[in-house]
Amino acid sequence: MNLKEWIFTTDHKRVGVLYLIGSIAAFIVAGVMALLMRIELSSIGPTITNNPSSYNVWLYAHGAVMILGFQIPALTGFFANFCIPLMIGAKDVAFPRVNALSVWLFYVGVILALLTFFIPDPPDVMWTGYPPYSTITTGNTALYTFTVLVLGFASILGGVNFLTTIAYMRAPGLTWNKLNIFVWCVVGAFILQLIFVPVLGTAVTLISMDKYLGTHFFDPTQGGDVLTYQNLFWFYSHPAVYVIFLPFFGVLFEIVATFAKNKVFNYKAAVYGGIFGIVLLAGEVWVHHLYVSGMVDWIRVGQMVTTLLISVPVGLMLISLVGTLYKGSITFETPMLYALGVLFLFLIGGLTGIPLAVTSLTVHLARSYYVVGHFHYVMAVAGTFSIFAGVYYWFPKMTGKMYNEFWGKLGFWVTFVGTNIVFWTMMDIGVKGMPRRYYDYSQFPQFEGAHQLMTIGAVILGIGFAIALLNWIIGAIKGRPAGNNPWGSMSLEWTTVSPPPHGNWPTPPAVGAEWTPYAYGKS
Amino acid sequence: MNRALKHCAAATVMVVASAGVMAAGYGDARIVDPAPGWDHLWREVIIDITVIGILFALMTAYFIWRYRRVPGGPTVGSGPTLSTAAAIGWVIIPVFVFMADDFFIAANGWVLWNSYRDVPADRLEIQLESGMYSWDYTYPNGAHTQNQLIVPAGKPILLRMTSRDTLHNHFIPDFRVKEDSMPGRVTYLWFLPKEAGKEHIVTCAAYCGVMHSYMAGRVIVKTPEEFKAWYEASGTAAKKSS
Repeated sequence: MNLKEWIFTTDHKRVGVLYLIGSIAAFIVAGVMALLMRIELSSIGPTITNNPSSYNVWLYAHGAVMILGFQIPALTGFFANFCIPLMIGAKDVAFPRVNALSVWLFYVGVILALLTFFIPDPPDVMWTGYPPYSTITTGNTALYTFTVLVLGFASILGGVNFLTTIAYMRAPGLTWNKLNIFVWCVVGAFILQLIFVPVLGTAVTLISMDKYLGTHFFDPTQGGDVLTYQNLFWFYSHPAVYVIFLPFFGVLFEIVATFAKNKVFNYKAAVYGGIFGIVLLAGEVWVHHLYVSGMVDWIRVGQMVTTLLISVPVGLMLISLVGTLYKGSITFETPMLYALGVLFLFLIGGLTGIPLAVTSLTVHLARSYYVVGHFHYVMAVAGTFSIFAGVYYWFPKMTGKMYNEFWGKLGFWVTFVGTNIVFWTMMDIGVKGMPRRYYDYSQFPQFEGAHQLMTIGAVILGIGFAIALLNWIIGAIKGRPAGNNPWGSMSLEWTTVSPPPHGNWPTPPAVGAEWTPYAYGKS
Repeated sequence: MNRALKHCAAATVMVVASAGVMAAGYGDARIVDPAPGWDHLWREVIIDITVIGILFALMTAYFIWRYRRVPGGPTVGSGPTLSTAAAIGWVIIPVFVFMADDFFIAANGWVLWNSYRDVPADRLEIQLESGMYSWDYTYPNGAHTQNQLIVPAGKPILLRMTSRDTLHNHFIPDFRVKEDSMPGRVTYLWFLPKEAGKEHIVTCAAYCGVMHSYMAGRVIVKTPEEFKAWYEASGTAAKKSS
């Protein structure tokens, strides 16, 4: 087990673990940024820095790194790599060397993102990089452009690889309708990545061309248009929400089915109605990010309807997920606690999104702490809880060892409490008018108490995550042997030894006519 | 399962019918001032999502408690195998319920949206140029103010907005209104100040650089008489200086 073997590995499980290590590192850095912001906001006026630029850089780094460096790589990098070949009974992915290239590119992207803290004039363009600010700031917009391009390229390579793998490398007898829901979710997510990442690449390239090469795509004095960038950016970045949502919901399906020892309720509705419904609608709703951006009126009303309709496929998936609990035999180990926690966080996050779908309500709510609270519930924290649930769930398969159940559960409860303190408060003061991205809220002294409460909540949240991270490290080093299938799951990845060897199975598995990953009580 | 399906069907009919009735009733009372309309629709949507949320959370919590593994109980689940008709029913009926609620909310949202965009004819039209980090207002008679939007009570105020550098967003929380301003395009928003003697905060809601959080101003509401005196005086002053 030397370092060279790991760096030059083409084994999908090791590539997956490399993705996990990189994305957890990104999570820690971006989490520290969040704590710095919360501490800065614990009192009106300067608290730990008197330079608003420092705060803006933390804000930029927190958003960009959490989304591009943590959630997307953890979900479509780690989980997809580690689980997909095992779930479909394949020896590896279709293009193992391309896979290695994509994880290297991911590390290059993470290193570029971390350079933010070492170069003079770091980017301060928020994770959205809107012009004209991004083309006139003294901050280094090029670093933002190249970070996005490198990570996007890694994503495209992953998309080609996994769609090919799932289409051509399923075990004999494993038909499309027997695939794990997680596999379907990854199919949906990568279809979205392949369609939409190039649009993001175009958008961020054009801002750097404007800034450094003298083009005028977004410069109205020379015939360009400011709004074009916002359309291009959100044409990718709203589907990106589903690139995060789909895999994390897939992880929940695996965990809930396993710990309820139950078949997925109305599987085909979840796959063909839910997942593909989202894929179909994903590209028609981006204008809800531009409700107060000065777009023409008709599209602001039209996309209110499409945005509200997103509740249909998402609702179908939720019904299948909660229906899987119906007549189950449920146990409550740590992964299941996190998964059930997500159900409640996602419920709050999803429903608080409905007012934000309504154009006229958004006229007041847009760019406020309400939006920040909403998307943290629905995507940031729900996604992160799912990632933690999944890491706990596949931890025995990955390491062959068991984490500590007591610390796992404690970590969950601490995090759950902290989350609700921070983000519920955030939505509350948002409705009352607190705008986001403020280094100093001296115009709104009435919110100081709420800000202090959120800072306390953020510290609790940080402690909860730290407990989980330490639990994994200690478990990986000296956990007790876990056995091949500690959860008694039917899914294929649990039929091989833990941790699986290179090539996964000595003889490739085949599945019978009656088998599905959720056919509990049948064999 | 079949019984549950029938109950769902009955519930769908009721939800669709009541949504239709409520939307029809709501459409009659056309709101002119969007701010109270916003409060009304907000309350309505919050009630809607709270009911859905509580129902869903209670059902989930009930399943978690009812189907927990107990000593001596089953160790595998016995979830239903749906017939094709039931499987389709479990798609069609929820889809109709969700869509009924979606269209109900969308219809009400649209009514309110129209009142945000249809500006009354008897308005006072003021030009706004935003810049890092101030709001510059120009009145029809040439009067000019910075960070102080002085308006008469009871008169609809229309802001035609543009920006001299980057994106800004003129947000007045008390009037439930905001809209971006940017170079190269003219955008607008309107609101109705009601109470003379009150001041309302104006704040920037589009990240615009280092001093973004200090880009603030005030809407100062005067009585029509006070406003007239101020307006005429500043208009003359503007003419003299130009």
